[in-house]
Order: sequence, then C-alpha cells, then structure tokens
Amino acid sequence: MTKNLRVKSSEYIDETNRVSFKFNGKTYHGFKGDTLASALLANDVHLVGRSFKYHRPRGIMTSGSEEPNAIVQINPNSNITEPNVRATEVEIYEGLEASSQNCWPSVEFDIGGINNFLSPFFPAGFYYKTFMWPSSFWEKYEFFIRHSAGLGKSPTTNDPDIYDHRNVHYDVLVVGAGISGILAAKNAAKNNFKTLLVDEKNEIGGSTIFENNEFNKIDSKTPSEWLKKEIEELKNIKNLEIKTRTSVAAYHQYNYILARENLTDHLEVKDKKNKIRQRLLKIRAKKVILATGALERPLIFNNNDRPGIMLSSAIRKYSEFYGVACGNKNVFFTNNDSAYESALSLYDKGINVEAIIDIREQSESKIVKKVKEAGIKIYWSHSIVDTAGYKRLNSVTIMKLSNDGTSVTGSKIPISCDCLGVAGGWTPSVHLYTQSGSKLKFDDEKKIFLPNQNTSDQISVGSCDGDFKLNEILINLNKKIKEMLNIKQTDFDSIKVEIDQENSKRNIWLLPSDKPLGKTKPFVDYQNDATAKDIKLALREGFRSIEHVKRYTTTGMGTDQGKLGNMHALGIIADTAGLKMGELGTTTFRPPYTPLTFGTIVGRNVGKFFDTFRRTPMNDWHLENKAKFENVGQWKRAWYYPINEETMHQAVQRESKAARESAGILDASTLGKIDIQGSDASEFLNRVYTNAWSKLAIGKCRYGLMLNEDGMVYDDGVTTRLDENHYIMTTTTGGAANVLGKLEDYLQTEWPELDVYLTSVTDHYATASLCGPNSKKVLKKIIPNLDLSDENFPHMSFKKANIGNIQCRIMRISFTGEHSYEINVQASYGKDLWEKCMEAGKEYNITPYGTETMHLLRAEKGFIIVGQDTDGTMTPIDLQMDWIVSKKKYDFIGKRSLYRSDTMREDRKQLVGLLTDDPNIVLEEGAQIVSELNQSPVEMLGHVTSSYFSPNLNKSIALAVVRGGKDMMGKKLFVPMENKNINVTVANPVFYDEKNERLNA
Amino acid sequence: MFLINCPYCGERDQQEFKAGGEAHIERPKQPTELSDDEWAEYLFMRKNIKGVQFERWNHAHGCRKWFNMVRDTSNDEIKAIYKMGEKPPSQ
Ligand SMILES: [Zn+2]
Repeated sequence: MTKNLRVKSSEYIDETNRVSFKFNGKTYHGFKGDTLASALLANDVHLVGRSFKYHRPRGIMTSGSEEPNAIVQINPNSNITEPNVRATEVEIYEGLEASSQNCWPSVEFDIGGINNFLSPFFPAGFYYKTFMWPSSFWEKYEFFIRHSAGLGKSPTTNDPDIYDHRNVHYDVLVVGAGISGILAAKNAAKNNFKTLLVDEKNEIGGSTIFENNEFNKIDSKTPSEWLKKEIEELKNIKNLEIKTRTSVAAYHQYNYILARENLTDHLEVKDKKNKIRQRLLKIRAKKVILATGALERPLIFNNNDRPGIMLSSAIRKYSEFYGVACGNKNVFFTNNDSAYESALSLYDKGINVEAIIDIREQSESKIVKKVKEAGIKIYWSHSIVDTAGYKRLNSVTIMKLSNDGTSVTGSKIPISCDCLGVAGGWTPSVHLYTQSGSKLKFDDEKKIFLPNQNTSDQISVGSCDGDFKLNEILINLNKKIKEMLNIKQTDFDSIKVEIDQENSKRNIWLLPSDKPLGKTKPFVDYQNDATAKDIKLALREGFRSIEHVKRYTTTGMGTDQGKLGNMHALGIIADTAGLKMGELGTTTFRPPYTPLTFGTIVGRNVGKFFDTFRRTPMNDWHLENKAKFENVGQWKRAWYYPINEETMHQAVQRESKAARESAGILDASTLGKIDIQGSDASEFLNRVYTNAWSKLAIGKCRYGLMLNEDGMVYDDGVTTRLDENHYIMTTTTGGAANVLGKLEDYLQTEWPELDVYLTSVTDHYATASLCGPNSKKVLKKIIPNLDLSDENFPHMSFKKANIGNIQCRIMRISFTGEHSYEINVQASYGKDLWEKCMEAGKEYNITPYGTETMHLLRAEKGFIIVGQDTDGTMTPIDLQMDWIVSKKKYDFIGKRSLYRSDTMREDRKQLVGLLTDDPNIVLEEGAQIVSELNQSPVEMLGHVTSSYFSPNLNKSIALAVVRGGKDMMGKKLFVPMENKNINVTVANPVFYDEKNERLNA
Repeated sequence: MFLINCPYCGERDQQEFKAGGEAHIERPKQPTELSDDEWAEYLFMRKNIKGVQFERWNHAHGCRKWFNMVRDTSNDEIKAIYKMGEKPPSQ
C-alpha cells in the first residue's frame, strides 16, 4: 500500500544512495539528503504523532525547525533514546530508528484519543481548575496526567557521545544563509572582516535556492540560478567561514551568541564513532547581521489540524527541494499570492491541484493569471468551514465569506482532497533579535512585528526585517550593509531585479465557520492543543495580559514556543478585547530558539571534569592507606582511615582515642594560608580581626575571629607573626578564597593608604598536624637539634627549622586541645614529611586521623567550626566568645554592629553544650530543640549543630544553638524525633579538659 | 553576558568578574559615633535603581582589581568604567 510520491529528481537528493530506516517499527526507504519528514512523505506517511492534550492525530506541518507536530523519539528502543526531535530536522541515515511520541499503545490506535471526545471538559485552564482541589489528591492527579501526557521518554543511561565547547571571535557573524545572509557575509568577508556565516540547515541558500517563479528574475536569471552562482563564488573568499547544521540557540547582550553545531547526527552509526557529536560555539562578534528569514503563518479555521494539512511553503519545499509530492489531490487555502507558487510547483510536475480557496476578493498578479490559465479552480472570497478525515484529511468544506469576513453565507461546497496547503502570510523571525534585548514595533499594515531599536551593533536584513519582495530585500540589504560595514560599494550594486509586483493580502486572524465557535476546533497552538475558543474563554474570565493568557491557555508554551500560532493568538486577543495589536505587546521569546541537548550544554564538563578537585600533596599516601574522602569545598580531604572491616564509627572512635592517648597525625594542608606583608600589616590585622594584634611578639601565634560588617562571625584561624612586618594567616578550608577577596576589597577600596600586600599561599605549603602527648617525642626524632622545651617553644609560638635539607615552619598550636605541632613544608615535600612523621611515630603507634576525628576532638573541647556551629547569624557574643572581642580597639570590621539593639538582645540563639540524659544516645545534627513536650504548636528554641559519641568521655556530647541558652545552664530540654523524645540537659560547651592542662602535657 | 572593559586589562568576558553592589558608599570613619539608624543606613540601605546605577565590580579571575562601573540596569548598557578613587563621570 506504500506509494512512492517522489515526483522529481533534485540535486539535493542522492537517488543512487538508498537509505532504509524504521518508523514506528516499520521499514521505509528514502535517499541520502532526505529528512525523516521528506522520506515519510515520499512514502505517503502523514500521520506521525498525537497531540498533547486531546491526542488528536497529527501530521507533518512544516519543513523546518518551527515544526509543532512531527516530534519524534530517536532510537526509541535504546537506553540512549532521544525525545522531542523534529522529524523535519532529522537527516536520515542507514539504520535510523524513530517513533511517534505522545501515543499509547500506537499512533494508529491511541487510548488518550478519548480525550478528544471529552474535549468539552478540557477548556482553557483545565489543569489549573480541576487538579487544584482537593490538594491532597494532587499525587493521584499527577499520576494520571504523567501517564497519559508527557513529551517523550528520557534516556536511562549516561550519554556516551562526546560534546564540545569552543570560544570563537569574529568581526561579523551572519545568522541565516538565505539570499540576504549569503550576500551580507560575502561582502563583509571581501572587505576584510573576519566573518562567520551559520545556517541550521544542511544546505545553504534558504528558500531562494529553489525559487523558480518565472516572474521573478535577477540579472535575467531565476533567483535560484543566480544564487547558486553566488554560492559557488563563496569558496574562494578568504576570511569567510561557513557552518551549516549550526543553529543559533541564544543571542545575549553584547553580541554574545551561543550556537549549536551539529557534527555527526546525520552520519551512519559506524561513522559517528569517536567523533564529537555536537559543539556549542560561544561566539563574540563585533557586528551581527541577522538574516533569519520569515516563517509562513497557518490560517486558523475549524479542524485545521488534521494530518495532510500543511503550510503551503512546506509543500513547495518538499516538491522543489526534496522532489516529493505531499498529496495526490491537493487543495490550497490562502490569503495571499504565495500559495499560487506552491500550486504551480505541483501542477508543473503533473500533480493534481483540485482548487485554491482564497479569502481575498481577487488578485491581479501574473502568477494568479497563470494559475487561472492552467485551469485550476479558484474560489475567491471563500473560507474553509470544516475538514474531514480522522487519520488523514479526505475533504474540506467551503462557504462564501461575508464582506466583513466575520461570517459565512450560502451553501456548503465539499471538496475532496488528501493534502491541504495553508498560506496565511509571513511572520519575520525576530526571536533572536528580541533575545538580544532589542525592541520591536508593530507594523499595522503588514500585521507583523519588526525590529525597531537595536541594543548592540547589529542589523536585521531580508524577510526578518519585513522585506518580502526580492527587490526590496536586495535594495535594503545593500544599503544596510554599506552603512554597517562602512563600505562604499558591494558586488551587487548594479544587479537588475524583476518581480511580480502584486502584493495584496487579506488578514483574518480567526476564520468563521457556520457553526458557533463553541462547537468548532480552530487550533492556534498545535503542540499544546490550544484553540481560539480557549483564548476567548481566558479573556471572558478576565485575563488581559498576553503573558497571562499564554500561561492560562498554554498557547506558545510547547517545545516550539508557538512559532506558528503566536501572532494569531495576539490577533484574536486584540480583536476580542477591542485593542490594537501594537498596544498589546508580544510574548517574550526565550533561549534556546530550538531545544538543545543536555550534552551540548555541559560539553566536556562531565564525569571527573564536572568540577575541579583539589588534592593535597599527601593524597597518594591517603589513597594507599585506604582513606575515605569527603568533599570540603573543592578539596578532597581524608575523612577517616578504616582498618580492615571497620565502620566509620569504629574508625573514628579508634582514631580519637589514639590522638589523645599517644599520637595522631592530620593532613591540614587544605587550610587557607594568606601571606601578609607590609609596614601596616599589624594595623591591618587590628582592623580585620576582633582582637588586638599590635602587641603580638615576633614568633608568636594568635587565634583570630573575623566578622562581617554586620557583626556576624565570618571566619577564624590562627595567624603567626613571622617578622616585624610579616604575618601568615590561616583561614578555614572552605573560606580561604572569600577571605582573601574580602581583605583585598577593604585594602583597595576603604584603606588604600595602608601599606599591606596579600598573597594566597594555600597551595604552596603542605601541613602535617602532629598531636597527642607523644607528639613532642615524635617531632624530636625528626628534628633532634630543635629545643622543644616549653620555655623555648611554648604553646602558641613558632619556630623555623630544617628536616634534613627541607626548611619548615612549625607552629605549636592546637585544634584538639592536645599538645600539638603544625609542620609546614614546601608543598612538593609534603608526602616526604608525612612519611617521616609516620616512620618516627611508629613506636608511639602514631595514628593518622581524618576530618571526622578532628571534628570530634574539637567538639570535646567546645571549639567552633565556622559554617557548622555558625550560620551567618551568630555574633561572637552569641558564641560565648566575648573574650576575643577587644573592648579597647576603637574600630574593627563588624564592631559597631555588636552594639545594635538587635545584636544585643538577651534572647538571641546562643551556643551551648548539650548532654543527653541517656549517655548512649547520639543526637542528630540539625535536630530541633524545645522546652515543652505537651504543647502544640511549640516554639523551636534552637537546633543541634555538632554531635558525636566521645570515646574519651565515653558519652554522647553535642553543641547546639538555643534561644537564651547562656542562662539555661543545667536546664532540661527536649529533642523531639520522629519516634521518640530525647531528654537533654544544657551544659558547658567545653566537655573535656576545661583547664587546658593537656596543652602542656 | 557582558563584555567588560577592565581599566587594567581591557575587554574581558563577564564570567571573569564579580559584581560588588552599589558604589560610593564610604565606610564611616567613626562608626562608634553613629546612631543605630545612621549605621543601618550605611550597612543595609541600597538604592537598587532601575536605570543608571553606579556599581562596584571586581576582576576576580583576572587582575583582582576593584573598579567602578556606570550601568543602566534597565538595558544593561555599560555607560562608563573608572578606577577606584577616581571621580564618577557627571552624566
Ligand atoms: Zn583586570
């Protein structure tokens, strides 16, 4: 039953290269050069999908990226299937498999089609109105909706293809390679502008390349012949790069343009291997020339969506470019002359054209005369009032239009046909233009939106600027590129253009039917099944803004962004509300112009390249010793080191005990390190930390707390005075970059008079932290000649030393409460240092510990971690760290805010310790704290910020922030959990060695 | 994505920069002398203009210098760029 509708040979179709492909499980044949759409049409297949809401049968409507209906699933039976692909853009290759979307069990028999008969119950806003109540039913509704709707299937495994990003720079970017784009690019390049010409199609030339209207001539040649000669010349032009299959997705400000270059989708599977599939071009162009063309408009009439109803221009392209007739008995329905060109294109190839239905009273153009001479019946002042044929159009019914175009009269005339071409005029493609931030104006005569105010160095040329006639296009193009490129002449200054002058058009946004509107289905948005009826209903319900109507009716909300029907929607709204279209504005076109694959967007940033990891110089040792890692900012930090089958809990308990009982070692290389030099370094520290720095002796260390100007704790760390004008500051691991940024900001903008220089040296040093009562003995073995006595090297002091030939800085500082040393060496010696410590510590059973044990040990001591126990709303007073806030200093960052009425409130959340009444219960971090159990609702007093089982105290400990907690020592509170309430008591946050005796042990 | 003309490096893509809020808000020299209201004015109050706005920007992934920008927030046109400490252009 498959018919062959290939009616003409075409230079763009290689008939010697037969390609077989599968659609909905059935094998078909086409030729190299075909799209899936043209190959299906050549096999007389129109029915390719079902609509989203009513599941109405739908056919191929267009020949390009604006296609609303022919949306297919590629490789439907594979786990790397791709949904939402337009059949009009898929180039077929041997072995291609595709299937319809939105239909179950098959496109021929679709369960959801029942919605079509229920459609009176699916008015505008149906989903909003129906499924909002009762809200508890939403889950059930959602199941129903997702089951019967949904646009395609997602792939289920990782995308195996390679995608790429590339930054490119051009003097001139030309978007769209129709006649305007080609001439613009050619002349730009010839005048030494580095030029890129892109087009989404596989061939350049636009619609002019198959323009054979005998009444249009350029230099006595048909436009098609003339343009082919121009294209031939492009090959020899330097400075010009042409990229086909490249579609501009987004046009951002400052001429920043994203384009997707499709490299292998059209190739056979074996040729796709190991090649980049798609590349995202990030283009900066000094000048942009938009030559994006125009899209033909459909006409809005009753049942205008049946398979077999297509755009007239698409029928012409299938006929002239692909050599395919879309039907055997063709009818055209038009409001302008362009349908006559399509009709003649078929007629010339011996294909039946039954009739042309024209809503105009008449037209005197040469092409209309020629159609009359050919004997094709023309019905002037007529309109289609209905169509028939469920899965394929089989007839249309027409009636005479009243003079004002609002009703139909006379008797119904049925015309049998299997294909209907509709021609409703042209809409300039201004999507990219508006994306760039430029503004449109409405041309009331042409009923189109046109570029008006450019925001960057750009021009629009050709039909996207409203020039539809060849002579207008070429004259205006010539003028505009001369002005933009500042050139005196072009190579098409003296061409002669002849055209068929007639240009009459009659615009009726919604064509009348003999039935009342409520009984008809005039589709405005095919993909989302929005009809003119829905738009009018929305207006009756009080919606006025175009953006609201759009969302309520879902008009223009599909993957095609309503490229075909948006103008009609606006027109119908304007007519109904009695407004002028220009006053109504237009909806916003957002990127991407056509859908992009996720692969294109992420490019190479997948897998291990998704984010940057930072690893310490000791990383290999951690790996060899089976450490588990955690992410801290971008760092991979050793988390704990399980031995044999230890769980995390077991490992951490063991590490924690070892660090307090003998010796532990921690890789602290990730701490931020900022080298501070300059004659005002001390003054600078005075201003950025809450405590005083001027009197810190050389060789001494001090803990500092840094606030934001709002008084809230921002960062903390130990800073060491290396010399009179030289300090090394440490910051939290995660805060390093931000702290440096903040300090630089103050230095450059508030205190430029200070002589201070900051250098980030985080990556320059590796740091091993030795801790525990035996740490001194371990260090002594490594550096025997260093005097480690408390007199010579007390807590909070610093020494330079050598380990062999390696210079190191040693700080005797402690984050665990134990006697400990932080040894810093040049990063490249980090692993060597670590191994020396491990070797020396062997006899003390030195135990490497990770971040989890570090957190536990410091929690035993009640030391905060900025970002865990604080959240940007905690002042030092809230943290019970009043001791670190200098009362004497006149000013420091955040000081004034500590005296604001709000920060001085007594009932702020304050840091306290919590002990569970049952010492074996470990609280969950983040758990809420209340003071009453039998009250509902009950005030949340605060939450748990840190919680561990302490092996050294043999009980559960926690830190928490509690409203007014400072004055609650000993008070009983509750932590309500899902299945139980936990009784807790407020305690001193320092759980272990309150007198700090172990620091000198 | 703006194209920003760093006064020290020249034209660079916006992704190299960090925006730093309204410009020409000087940190008070004697914060302790200020009332809560006066301090709040400095700390919290920002104009957030629709139209021509004076802003601070930092070439964070470049020279790390702070500078000022005059930008029309309604269409993102960058009207002027000048160094810290320089007088803002009059209009
Ligand atoms: Zn710079």
